[in-house]
Amino acid sequence: MGKTLFDKIWDSHVVVSKPGFPDAVYINTHFIHEVTSPQAFDGLRKRGIPVFRTAKTRATADHNVPTIDQHLPIKEALSRKQVEMLTANTKEFGVELYGLGHPYQGIVHVIGPELGITLPGMTIVCGDSHTSTHGAFGAIAFGIGTSEVEQVLATQCILQYRPKRMKIEVNGQLKKGVVSKDIILYIISKISASGATGYFVEYAGEAIRSLSMEARMTICNMSIEMGARGGLIAPDQTTFDYIKGREFAPKGADWDKALAYWETLYTDADAEFDVVLTFDAADIEPMITYGTNPGMGIGVTQHIPALTEVDDKEKPSFKKSLEYMGLEPGSELLGKKVDYVFIGSCTNSRIEDLRMVADFVKGKKKAEDVVVWIVPGSKQVEAQAKEEGIDKIFEAAGFHLRQPGCSACLGMNEDKVPAGMYCISTSNRNFEGRQGPNARTFLASPLSAAAAAITGKVTDVRELV
Amino acid sequence: MSKTFQHLVSTAVPIAIENIDTDQIIPARFLKATTRDGFGENLFRDWRFDTNNEPKQDFILNNPIYKGEVLVAGKNFGCGSSREHAAWAIGDYGFKVVISSFFADIFKNNALNNFILPITVTDEFLDKIFRAIEADPATQLETDLEKQSLKIVATGEEISFDINPYKKACLINGYDDIDYLLSLRKEIESYEASREFNF
Repeated sequence: MGKTLFDKIWDSHVVVSKPGFPDAVYINTHFIHEVTSPQAFDGLRKRGIPVFRTAKTRATADHNVPTIDQHLPIKEALSRKQVEMLTANTKEFGVELYGLGHPYQGIVHVIGPELGITLPGMTIVCGDSHTSTHGAFGAIAFGIGTSEVEQVLATQCILQYRPKRMKIEVNGQLKKGVVSKDIILYIISKISASGATGYFVEYAGEAIRSLSMEARMTICNMSIEMGARGGLIAPDQTTFDYIKGREFAPKGADWDKALAYWETLYTDADAEFDVVLTFDAADIEPMITYGTNPGMGIGVTQHIPALTEVDDKEKPSFKKSLEYMGLEPGSELLGKKVDYVFIGSCTNSRIEDLRMVADFVKGKKKAEDVVVWIVPGSKQVEAQAKEEGIDKIFEAAGFHLRQPGCSACLGMNEDKVPAGMYCISTSNRNFEGRQGPNARTFLASPLSAAAAAITGKVTDVRELV
Repeated sequence: MSKTFQHLVSTAVPIAIENIDTDQIIPARFLKATTRDGFGENLFRDWRFDTNNEPKQDFILNNPIYKGEVLVAGKNFGCGSSREHAAWAIGDYGFKVVISSFFADIFKNNALNNFILPITVTDEFLDKIFRAIEADPATQLETDLEKQSLKIVATGEEISFDINPYKKACLINGYDDIDYLLSLRKEIESYEASREFNF
């Protein structure tokens, strides 16, 4: 019997497999950031051991950084301390850091791919659940806790049980105004926020194949929002074209050797999955979430489920969620006033996302009482946007292009949505308080967010494109 | 936080909400500490305290009737972020066992790595526990890791739970993963040498 892509990569990274023990899996690339690494470095210090393979770990500062005036010291003392500690720890242990001010700095899941560090066939981990993003290249990539960060720093390995395998096929073609964010929000709305827990997902089908690398990253990024350990997509010409020529990508003879290997990275025709789910791209409309987990999503023209449509057991959580959101069961979101628009995060802050928004808003003006934050994923995205004149388009529309960081995705830095306000956001989580205490989040695509920025309310973007 | 777990008889705190994510367990703005200590103070921060930092009377952790070293929660507990701070907060607050009908993967690993035992039970048994505690908040639950059993003491109703043998041994004996991985150094080095394509 053939093997799945996941199993091919996993099997080639198992260092030790003993009955009764989890596999010791070798990690090719380890990304770290300031929030989930200090206690891990502390652990190494207590044990008196070094980082085992310094060149395989790369660091950046993203969660705590401000997105304006990055040349000034970070105002908030605890945020500043965490970022300073990352600088001190990486220096002490000999790990490369792309810190604030560095031309490579940015959100960890944006910089890995754009620098050519993320490659097909790799195992990649980071103390951040959205590490699944890197799976878009045909890599096994997943988020880990701080104890596991310490394991990887100490041994370049991690102890893991092999997850089950799920294939999600999206066939057919997307309709106008529907983009990759809508695909993943649609899938999660169908299978729920726990629908893939225990599984590693492979995305396949024509609608996935025809996506750019940026769009594939958006899909893989949100695998964790349905509970999956990670999600991956077999590499193809689109993948190879994206990687070629990037800073740390293989060059010359190394490139040829790498390419020959990457071309073996696909699921064999007779390989078996534990679960296969199939969707039709034509059924997907622009999506928006109404609740407080990413599974609570609907097509923008649909109504929020009425109480009678909700399972008895789920009613308490459903009611609590809608109460928090200030929304009525059975009501529509279309036309609902929006206070903030956030376009950014490791889900949707790449150059293609900014181009998509710029194309749409060119010649339009934002609604008067809406605050619009556009936060590029990295210094390189920021520079590229400026080179293409995208910043000028945003300025003319009344948007502000800020500096790179996680920003309003997680209410940890200075960018927070005020209590009670509604924010249409291209990020990945609509949890209570995620964007700031009592902030209310509608997750949507960059196109839908841009449409809301122009009209000031939840809008069916298909009417404007 | 204890560095082993074997056996516990305790009352429990029930939170019958599904999909409790790690942002609720410990909101992002409290992730700025650089040690593992003190996170219990902010466990369920925004459910426990209002914006003036006054305890919310309707939240169960503020109700003195409910206490104990066991947390019982609705399905898909610990979904969302990989932050181990969620496990640290639960442990620092004093919980040693978390019971649900379903756990998010990363949370489960993080809990085990901190000697907190996540116990997955059936939906029916979870309901039974919720109902027993509702009827009598002094209901005691007995957890026996060696036997892999969880019992509602008053009624004697019992369920066995799964845990992989390696993690079970770690919890009982106080081993951690790094001790084991460090013992594999030779194997790791020979793996590296054997890989033609080690990026």
